[in-house]
Amino acid sequence: MSGPAGVARLMQGNEAVVEGALAAGVRFFAGYPITPSTEIAELMAERLPLVGGKFIQMEDEIASMAAVIGASLAGLKALTATSGPGFSLKQENIGYAAMAEIPCVIVNVQRWGPSTGIPTAPAQGDVMQARWGTHGDHPVIALCPSSVREAFDLTVRAVNLAEKYRVPVILLMDEVVGHMRERVVLPPPEEVEVVERKKPRVPPGDYYPYRPDEDGVPPMANFGDGYRYHVTGLVHDEKGNPTTDPRVAEELLLRLHRKIYDHLDDILSVERYMLEDAEVAVVAYGAVARAARRAVKEARAAGINAGLLRPVTIWPFPEREVAELAQRVRLVVVAEMNLGQLRLEVERAVGGRAAVKGIHRVSGELITVEEILAALREVPEHA
Amino acid sequence: MRIEELREEEFVCGSFACAGCGAILAVRLALKVLGPETVVVTTPSCLLGVTTFYPQLAFKVPCVNVPFPATAAAVSGLVAGLRRKGRENVRVLGIAGDGGTVDIGLQALSGALERGDRFIFLCYDNEAYMNTGGQRSGSTPLGASTATTPVGRGAKGEDRPKKDMLRIVAAHNIPYAASASIGYPADYIRKLEKAVKAGGPAYIQVLTPCPPGWGYRSDLTVHLARLAVQAGQWALAEYEEGAWRVKEVSNPRPVREYWALQKRFAHLLQESGGEG
Repeated sequence: MSGPAGVARLMQGNEAVVEGALAAGVRFFAGYPITPSTEIAELMAERLPLVGGKFIQMEDEIASMAAVIGASLAGLKALTATSGPGFSLKQENIGYAAMAEIPCVIVNVQRWGPSTGIPTAPAQGDVMQARWGTHGDHPVIALCPSSVREAFDLTVRAVNLAEKYRVPVILLMDEVVGHMRERVVLPPPEEVEVVERKKPRVPPGDYYPYRPDEDGVPPMANFGDGYRYHVTGLVHDEKGNPTTDPRVAEELLLRLHRKIYDHLDDILSVERYMLEDAEVAVVAYGAVARAARRAVKEARAAGINAGLLRPVTIWPFPEREVAELAQRVRLVVVAEMNLGQLRLEVERAVGGRAAVKGIHRVSGELITVEEILAALREVPEHA
Repeated sequence: MRIEELREEEFVCGSFACAGCGAILAVRLALKVLGPETVVVTTPSCLLGVTTFYPQLAFKVPCVNVPFPATAAAVSGLVAGLRRKGRENVRVLGIAGDGGTVDIGLQALSGALERGDRFIFLCYDNEAYMNTGGQRSGSTPLGASTATTPVGRGAKGEDRPKKDMLRIVAAHNIPYAASASIGYPADYIRKLEKAVKAGGPAYIQVLTPCPPGWGYRSDLTVHLARLAVQAGQWALAEYEEGAWRVKEVSNPRPVREYWALQKRFAHLLQESGGEG
């Protein structure tokens, strides 16, 4: 339940997502029951009507994603929540949102996969799916919280980034972060930065729905506000009209990338913990980063100069940050609940300048402090 | 077939269904009628949750658990495969809950019905997504409180009537479609037998009360499955060769009697000040 801001509360990660969404101005949720994300839908059903918003439980996952796109076109900030199997079903519509530049947020509370897997066990197996789940060379933004408070903050940020850049943004949770409860103090509403999408500054007759401003992002008119235009997943020109013109196609896809990659300073976010003098570092995200932080502390206590680099923005991948790290440390330990999905990205960014070691667990159990600590103790002689 | 003529052999037993689970009764009876030469296609649902985890691996017939939207589509493939292998004697039984039938499974079911595949589809209807904690489905009745149609400020439970799935299915002009209730086992068994004999797709939607989901004492399951019919909240209907037959209720009961036994309807009686 909602409570006053500034007061400490015991809150679940999924609940914090709902609080963050409402604080960011989300007024539409369409979803479908799926463990371990269902609490988000249930709370949205309770809370949205109280703030003039709309909750719809849709007939399936595909429909949920499509309804979010429709609501966003009407001008509402829209969000859906799901887990592995549902995330798979949503992929075509996520690609549509990327192509048609429809702001929206997809929360994926990761569970063990593939397929039905273990619905109640945590995993981080959807890291690459978040990046490449839908077909085509689409850009995407994905954020990865590792605490309940951060689930709130990153939901706000996901909504803001979606509105600012007109992209689908994925909040890549995991079962542990979604279901665990922590003491949190939420900020008062006036301290929450809320971004609104750009509106056209021209009358309807002069509006080109896909003509970008200098930042690469076209202003977006709400359907129903008198701006008549065409929205399509086909390659389209600045007027929104479908075309197969090779130059238009290429320029469109390049612009979709530019509007993200020209703003990495704004979009990328990492946490650096005890990295100043680190000789060995852990790269970890989500629930695993919690064990990594503790392992770093214990390593320091044992005289090992360890640090933690935690990607908060996981896509685009913070490769400059990892490359810079690789120049200063001898060993990078990547700990993740998959078989090495982000390790491949880390190895690419490290480029051989440091040793990279992976700790990978796919048993549906968390990676322990001891495992990470043991890896930090095994610094190669000549890395 | 009379009840005493049912085979003794069990084809689903030793599950960890809740006490008073209506769904497990429905499946148990269905397999007793269909017999051992049956394969089951099912999908994420309570049924799967309570019958497919070792050591409570409760199906004694082959069972494939497919993704949520896929039940009837997988059935189609299985029917075609068995046919090509000359095993048309094997009965294919698709089983899904109401969500897996009337919501996410609807497209696949429509396709399989349209193709005229020979199979039986059993929808056990407990009127919400019970496996994930009781969220509404398209089959949730008007007014019911669920996890996503809560009762509280600005919310009064499910605000749309139950989807008329039987008519949707019948609109495919299949040989046989029926609704049944576990509270009327003789009627249910007779309908299962008709489904077995149908020359093409047969559909049965059976009402299976759910103690935790509906909020009632577990000994009331069969009583509620009967009362639902008597109070006009569930029809025992049949669609056969283009014609409808609906069982007339000889002893109608007031709906408040049905509502009063279930937490999901408690708010309806409070709002009317206790007047039925």
